[in-house]
Amino acid sequence: MLAMCGLLLMAACNKKENTEQSNNATEQQAAPAATPIDPATVATVNGTVKFDGTAPKASKIDMSQDPACKGANEAENVVVSGGDLANVFVYVKDGLGNRTFDMPKDPVVLDQSGCRYHPHVLGVMTGQTVQIKNDDPTTHNIHPTPKDNREWNESQPPSSPALEKSFAREEIMLPVKCNQHPWMKMYINVVKSPFYAVTDKSGKYEIKGLPPGDYTIAFVHEKLGEQDQKVTVAAKDTKTVDTTFKPEGAGAGVQ
Amino acid sequence: MQARSARTRLRVPLPRILLDPRGTLLKAIATSYNPKLHRFAVVLACWTFLLIIAGALVTSNDAGLSVPDWPTSFGSWYKIPHLVGGVRFEHTHRMIAQVAGLLTIVLALWTWRAEKRRWLRYLAVAALGTVILQGVLGGLTVLLYLPPAVSSAHAALAQTFFCIAVVIAIFTGRRWIEEQPRVEFDSRKPSLFTLTLLSIFVLYVQLLLGAMFRHHGMSWWPHVTHSAIVAFVLAWTAVRALSVYSQIEAVRRPAILMLLLVIGQLCLGFTAFLTRVSWGRDAVQPELPMVISTVAHVAVGALLLATTVVLAIQVWRHVPVAFEERLPQAQRDPSAA
Repeated sequence: MLAMCGLLLMAACNKKENTEQSNNATEQQAAPAATPIDPATVATVNGTVKFDGTAPKASKIDMSQDPACKGANEAENVVVSGGDLANVFVYVKDGLGNRTFDMPKDPVVLDQSGCRYHPHVLGVMTGQTVQIKNDDPTTHNIHPTPKDNREWNESQPPSSPALEKSFAREEIMLPVKCNQHPWMKMYINVVKSPFYAVTDKSGKYEIKGLPPGDYTIAFVHEKLGEQDQKVTVAAKDTKTVDTTFKPEGAGAGVQ
Repeated sequence: MQARSARTRLRVPLPRILLDPRGTLLKAIATSYNPKLHRFAVVLACWTFLLIIAGALVTSNDAGLSVPDWPTSFGSWYKIPHLVGGVRFEHTHRMIAQVAGLLTIVLALWTWRAEKRRWLRYLAVAALGTVILQGVLGGLTVLLYLPPAVSSAHAALAQTFFCIAVVIAIFTGRRWIEEQPRVEFDSRKPSLFTLTLLSIFVLYVQLLLGAMFRHHGMSWWPHVTHSAIVAFVLAWTAVRALSVYSQIEAVRRPAILMLLLVIGQLCLGFTAFLTRVSWGRDAVQPELPMVISTVAHVAVGALLLATTVVLAIQVWRHVPVAFEERLPQAQRDPSAA
């Protein structure tokens, strides 16, 4: 009886999943043509994200639960080096109007290696393929817990082919975790435009190819929250937009 | 009248025709003690307690979805996966649950064939229905990605099943079958039996609030606030039982145990709050003090609920509400006739 109930449920879930996937495919097929951008006039926004205060000490992670997880590992929730803040997702939040953009054909790669995600923060366009690889000699499960996209949970044994997934709706700081290794967490940011970046270890970012206009640039950090800044760029402009985050408690974190 | 007054002691050997504590005559059923069935029921109760601990370990280690499929595990019905990381907790929980299901099937069949008390046969079948429902809830919580309502129902039904297993063990025990109950009527208001039922109710509410918090469906404060109500009601019940009916061993023992468990549970709850809410809020992975304190809090909570259910049953048997308390006023007052 248990088995029967389980099979019925599985069948129901698979049916729902297939329906959603076909809906996504229909959405992608029906997407309007991209609004043309004159490459001769595009501008660039770049800058540095700083952390004002004493950086929290990164917690050491105990990976002894799985002998296949080798090497040192530490938390990446607040990564500060010399006052520069890494893993901040920077994107054009407002100002693009009704423009549409071509979806990149190349997938974005998310790698699991050393029982940690590389990168820790990822940007991707709606509908763009995320290729998920497992380079570890152990099984991982990839489990995004979105608010606006479809939730899924799949296991990936070692040496298995890469999983290819996409997200249909915009969503910032979408958490992804591995329930087999509970320290493994990362965030995917799904946006409609290609104008986004993630700060590197030196806190730097660069967004290229912006058409001239007035924009709101959002800086989002998983723990330290969001900050917005207005910027106006003219044709062929290069503007620098820096920002500074304060320690947690001084600003709202991402839920 | 004196014979019907409160605290009347009744020690009459009633081997064939029983005066039920409720005041009605019952035809005695010659039930004989079946030691093998009783031992089997005890094993099921102990195994269920182990299962509750295994389930609590899954939640505390955030391993609920480490095996993403159900009813198979990584696509297999029988193959044991590599027990590392979260899989160690989740798959072990599944294996213990499968054994619990098998034990319950055996108990239900055995009880149905060997037991003469019809209500106990039905109770054993109800236990089987509960364990099936519990398995389905466990599967749903995996397939639906741990929705708080389903996960909380799974947690609450686990303790319900544990209580059923414990009471079956008691009902099949030698003492329950062969004992001449020492009965003392209770005319106080509220009656001790009412207090035990109230204790079970507040414990159940507390169980649901705790489960909802644990499964991210609710904040911590309703569970913490309600613990004061639980402590008050259970202390009231225990004090009444021990101050008035301490000479009845069957009441005294669960009452003392309930009091000790509620004290221990409050201490464990405080520790679990510190390790999870205060100190462990920003932990990057489940930390051992949090895991130990929260699992112990769940386990002692299950023992506390089962002990309270046992106390209620023993009170129902040994300290019934006085007969005249249950008569309508018109029948009680001769002048009204």
